[in-house]
Amino acid sequence: MSKIAIVGVGQTTCTRSKIDTFEEMVFEAASKALADAGAEVGDIDNVVTVSNDFWDGRTISSMAVQEAAGSWGKDVSTVEGDGTFGVLYGMMRALSGSFDTTLVVSHMKGSESIMNLITNAMFDPIYQRGLGIDATSAAALQARCYMDMSGATEEDFARVSVKNHGNAKNNPYAQLPMKISVGDVMASRKIAEPLKLFDCSPIGDGAAAVVLSNKKGLKRFKKDPVWIQGVAHCSDSFTLGYRDLAKSRALKEAARKAYKMAGIKKPLKDLDVAELYDAYSYMELMWYEGLGFAPEGKGYELIRENVTGMKGDLPVNPSGGVISSHPVFVAGMVRLIEATLQVRGEAGKRQVKGAKTALAHGINGPCGQAHCVYVVGA
Amino acid sequence: MGKRVAIVGFGQTYQRSSRKDVNGVELINEAVVTALAEAELTIRDIDAIVIGNMDHFEGINYVDMWSAEGSGAVMKPVIKVCTGGTTGTTVAMCAYYHVASGMFDRVLAIGWEKNSESDTTGAIITAFHPVWERPTLGGAVAGLAIEASKYMHNYGATERDGARVAVRERLHALNNPYAHLHQEWMKGIPPEKLVDLIVGSEQNAMLAYPLRMSDMCPRTDGAAAVIFAAEGKAEKIAPVPAWVHATANRHNFVYAGDVDMDRNTTIAEAAKAVFKKAKIKEPLKEIDVCELYLPYSYAGLKWIEDIGFCAYGEGPRLLWDGVTDMDGELPINPSGGVMSSNAIGATALIRVGEAALQVMGKAGARQVKGGDVNFAFATGFGGCYWGDIMLLGKKKPA
Repeated sequence: MSKIAIVGVGQTTCTRSKIDTFEEMVFEAASKALADAGAEVGDIDNVVTVSNDFWDGRTISSMAVQEAAGSWGKDVSTVEGDGTFGVLYGMMRALSGSFDTTLVVSHMKGSESIMNLITNAMFDPIYQRGLGIDATSAAALQARCYMDMSGATEEDFARVSVKNHGNAKNNPYAQLPMKISVGDVMASRKIAEPLKLFDCSPIGDGAAAVVLSNKKGLKRFKKDPVWIQGVAHCSDSFTLGYRDLAKSRALKEAARKAYKMAGIKKPLKDLDVAELYDAYSYMELMWYEGLGFAPEGKGYELIRENVTGMKGDLPVNPSGGVISSHPVFVAGMVRLIEATLQVRGEAGKRQVKGAKTALAHGINGPCGQAHCVYVVGA
Repeated sequence: MGKRVAIVGFGQTYQRSSRKDVNGVELINEAVVTALAEAELTIRDIDAIVIGNMDHFEGINYVDMWSAEGSGAVMKPVIKVCTGGTTGTTVAMCAYYHVASGMFDRVLAIGWEKNSESDTTGAIITAFHPVWERPTLGGAVAGLAIEASKYMHNYGATERDGARVAVRERLHALNNPYAHLHQEWMKGIPPEKLVDLIVGSEQNAMLAYPLRMSDMCPRTDGAAAVIFAAEGKAEKIAPVPAWVHATANRHNFVYAGDVDMDRNTTIAEAAKAVFKKAKIKEPLKEIDVCELYLPYSYAGLKWIEDIGFCAYGEGPRLLWDGVTDMDGELPINPSGGVMSSNAIGATALIRVGEAALQVMGKAGARQVKGGDVNFAFATGFGGCYWGDIMLLGKKKPA
């Protein structure tokens, strides 16, 4: 199979509340991505937008951003899921022979959304919603299962929060750059046992865009391509009770396929940097295991030994990760953008020196039901 | 570059006003199991899944995740796409690109809706801008009424012309056991007489001039599943696969006030792109059958002009000459179309599935031209003027 290149990336800052409309945010991200690629909207053959009707409070939520995404007169479609899944569809379209280039955009205004109600609506309407379950309380159940299985402690979760919020201080786009200690996390307000405030990501406002090209389309762009060397996605069961919440077999499967495509044999060694979807602190440890960075139940060793710190063997989330800025649906695409910047050597103060191969990861559904894994390289 | 792709299986539930016997996941499962059985495959043979519906209709968020145990997506790649009324064709196009990209060999496309559990018009209103449009735009019917009035004004069409489309759709539905509306009383009465009865009926309530009850689609519960396969695999699964020759879509409007009510420009542009790709010069002659997303009667006059089957204003003549009836030159909607069943998220996928059945020669009592169908043309439409098209054919594309 031939490969697809990322030739342009753009992101807005992520903030608690933006005055900009969906259109204005998407226009900013799309314009930045086109400028980054050294291209104009006429160089784009087709467009994929990413949004969600519940979060936007609008049926056919992509309606709002068609003009901002420059899709007038072009083929255009909409993925409802994390931005990583949107990029995947954009990639398929550029591989199909129908189009050479795709612009993929995503947007979110957490400030206009009520997280608890919106994520409550992804659960079974008869038996579960009435209990008040939402993304955070479901995550808390998962965190507890994971602690029981692995022996990881709340302090281990806190270490992820400390690392990522600290990294965010090097990222001008991040919402919550913070110098905090394990003690600060442990003392922060309890949200849902065992998760505390600093274990949880802030739902913010932001948009992102990526320009993709097949080999034929490359000559339209000035930027050196970053190649998608491997990509795969996979979903587990929906019902939480049908899953082993402590182990992510869907992530394992997606990683296995993506690594095979990219020729990654020992992920901890072969990868130079990873950007993971740590919507909650504990998730990062679980994803280490799903991605094969650590054996099952041993993810906490990496954070205790600082293997995934900026100076470690495999820095994870130099950007500060999702726990530092979480525009839902945009966040996974931002992981891919950050991975691209790392491979290009354009990640500024958060650059991992000499990064050649990077991993980006997105999730969908409650407790990371579905995963999408990318391996990118120059 | 890019693989050839064909449809090798189609399954649909019986479309009914209320399926109280199943929940959404079970409804989806019914369509999936039927499609797999039709193609003589099992869920193990499926490499990836694409699903779509309208979130606000059933009030379920992350439907791709929620439905995994019914759709077969457990430990499989799955994504959700949604573009409103066009969702079904958008799902089909997404499944097509999954296979054409070379990444997956056999992909299951699923569309569904349970309108009996939804406040459909309430949800549709939220498709429009919260500040400028929601206070004044009355869901699906009002906008279409404006379009119909404009068409009547521009071309001198009458309510009888609109009713002629409704009569065709409901008569065709009598051949389709899956259709929601079976108006048995229409059997055996000539179309002209039926038009007179419908237009003259006092029971046929006016919804928004010129649209009456008989001009609109119903609200339906239903699901559909279509299986796409790559060249090399497709021929082994289906004796006569329905090859995808071209697909295109357009959506050029953010604000309803910008929509050109004179012509359906999005479907026109998408049709132009499809005909160019498939090298079709005379659509009326070269295409053998259509499954068009016509949510209301006047669309069956105007949009066939926009697609290019006849000149502007000539739609009514085609209808009255019987060109689009079962035995006409270009039968439109042998299934009974959207006006006979509208499970919104499934509807446009059913158009694609029905078009595939016509190519495969498996359409039963609604088969046209004795199965001699080289090209079948399917569309999707969304109330905010999305236009999706998929052209299927019996011969492998060049």
